[in-house]
Amino acid sequence: MIFFDRVTKIYPENSVAVEDATFSIEPKEFVSIVGQSGAGKTTLLKLFLAEEHPTEGRVFYESTDIHQLGKSEMNAFRRKVGMVFQDFRLLANKTVYENIAFTMEASGKSEEEIQSDVPHVLELVDLGDKLWSFPHELSGGEKQRVAIARALVNQPDIIIADEPTGNLDPVNADDVIQILKKINDFGTTVILTTHNKGIIDGLGKRVIAMENGRIIRDDKQGKYFI
Amino acid sequence: MFWINVKRIIRTGFFNFWRNGTVSLASVLIMVVTLTVVGSLLFSGAILNTSLNELRNKVDVNVTFITTAPEEDILNIKNSLESLPEVSQVVYTSREEALEAFKNRHQNDQSILAALDELGENPLGATLAVKAKDPSQYQSIAEFLEGGSALSPSVTSIVDRINYFQNKTAIDKLTSIIDSANRLGLAVALFFAVISIIIAFNTVRLTIYIARDEISVMRLVGASTSYIQGPFVVVGVIYGLVAGLLTLLLFLPITYWLGKATQNFFIGLNIFSYYLHNFLQIFLIIIGAGIILGAVSSALAIRKYLKV
Repeated sequence: MIFFDRVTKIYPENSVAVEDATFSIEPKEFVSIVGQSGAGKTTLLKLFLAEEHPTEGRVFYESTDIHQLGKSEMNAFRRKVGMVFQDFRLLANKTVYENIAFTMEASGKSEEEIQSDVPHVLELVDLGDKLWSFPHELSGGEKQRVAIARALVNQPDIIIADEPTGNLDPVNADDVIQILKKINDFGTTVILTTHNKGIIDGLGKRVIAMENGRIIRDDKQGKYFI
Repeated sequence: MFWINVKRIIRTGFFNFWRNGTVSLASVLIMVVTLTVVGSLLFSGAILNTSLNELRNKVDVNVTFITTAPEEDILNIKNSLESLPEVSQVVYTSREEALEAFKNRHQNDQSILAALDELGENPLGATLAVKAKDPSQYQSIAEFLEGGSALSPSVTSIVDRINYFQNKTAIDKLTSIIDSANRLGLAVALFFAVISIIIAFNTVRLTIYIARDEISVMRLVGASTSYIQGPFVVVGVIYGLVAGLLTLLLFLPITYWLGKATQNFFIGLNIFSYYLHNFLQIFLIIIGAGIILGAVSSALAIRKYLKV
C-alpha cells in the first residue's frame, strides 16, 4: 500500500534527515515509528505527505509515485490521509464543529452529510457536548480528540499521527492511543510516531526504529528499545 | 458543486471578518486613510480644474477708443467683431456708462472725484469687451484689431489701446502657476496614495501572516487553492467595502465644513455641493478602489503560504 524505495532526504547544508529508507506498509496495519528527537521520524511523514520532496528515492502510494502528482491529484490524495499532529493544529477561529466541517467542505461533501457526520464522529471521540466550543476553550486531550475526529471524518485510508501524545498527560495519552487502536480495528491503516516507551510496549504491534536518519530495526511485534 | 463552494467561501469570509474583530477594525481603518487620500485626489483635482476654467473665463480683450471716436464707428467695429467665428460675445460700454462706473467705483475717494470735476470733461473713452469662445483665440482677435485688416483704415486711428497684450503676461503667468500647482498637488497626492496603498497592502498581508499556520493545515487536509484563497479574498473585499462606505460618510461632514471656505477661496466651487452632485461617480470610484485594493492585496499576500 505504501512503499518507500531507498529514500534519502538531505536538507541544505548537508544535514541528513533520512538516509536510504526502504520499507512497505500493508493495508490495515498499525505501524509505530520510534526514535529519539531528530531521528528522522517527522521527515519520513513529511515525505509521505509531499510536504518535503526526497533528495533521492521514491515514495509510492499503491502504484503511484506521490511526488509526481499534480495539484488537484495531490489534494485528492491528501484527503485519503488523515493527519494528527503533536500540536493539534486546529483552526483557532473556528468552533469544533466548523473545524471538522471544514475538512468535509474542502472535499466537497454536501451540507446534509456534514450535518449528520460531524456530530457522529465527535460522539466517537467522546466530545458530543463540545460541538460549539472554540479550541482555546478545550483541554489538550480534548483538542487532540478533535484533531483525531477531523482526521477521521472523511473516512481516510490512512491515519498518520505524529507524536499525538507528546503534549498530553499519561491518562489523556492513553485515551488517544485507545482511539487510534479502535480506528485501526475498524480497518484503517494507522502510522504512529512516538518516543513514549510505555505506549509502544503496551501496543504489541509492528515497530520501526530509527536512529540518525536510518532505519535500524523493523519488528513485527516490537518493543521500544534503542 | 461550484455554487455550494461559492456559498461556503462567502460565508466563511464573513465569519472570519467578524471573528477577527480587532484585526478587521485595524485593516478597515488603514484602508479608510488610503481611500480618504484617493478621495482628496478627486476633490483637489476638481477644485483646480474649476478655478483654472473660471480664471480663463475671466480673461477678455478690452478695446478702449479715443474720446473723440464717433459712436457709430465703434458700433460698426462691434458688428464686425461679432461676425468673427472666434468671438462669443462683445459688450459695448459708452463713454457715459464708463464715467458712471468709474464714479461709482471711487465714490468714497473725494480727491479723485474732485480731480474729475476739475477736468470738466469726460476723460474716459468708450470700450468694447470681447469674449472669445476659447482662451487660445484671444491672440488672433487681438491681432485682428491691431492690424485692422477687415476694417477701414480709419478704424485703427480711433483705437486708443488694446489691453490684451498687457494682460497676456499676467494671464499666462497665472495659468502656469495654477498648472504647476495642479501638477505638484497631483504628484504629492499620488505619492501619499502610493504610500497608503502600500501600508494597506501590508496590513492585509499581516492578517494573512497571522493565519499562515491555518493555511498550511487547510492544505494538509486537502483543500484546493481556490477554496483556501477564497475566504481571504472575500474578507479583503469586505474590508474595502466597509472602508469605502466609512470614507464616503466621513466626506460628508468634511466637505460640508470645507464647503464655505472653498467657495470663497477658489472661484465659486462649493466642495460640498460638488460632492453631492457627483456622488454616484465618487461612490463608484471610492468603493471600487477599496474592493480592488482589498481583494488584490489578499490574493497576492496569500500566494506565499499556498506553496505546501
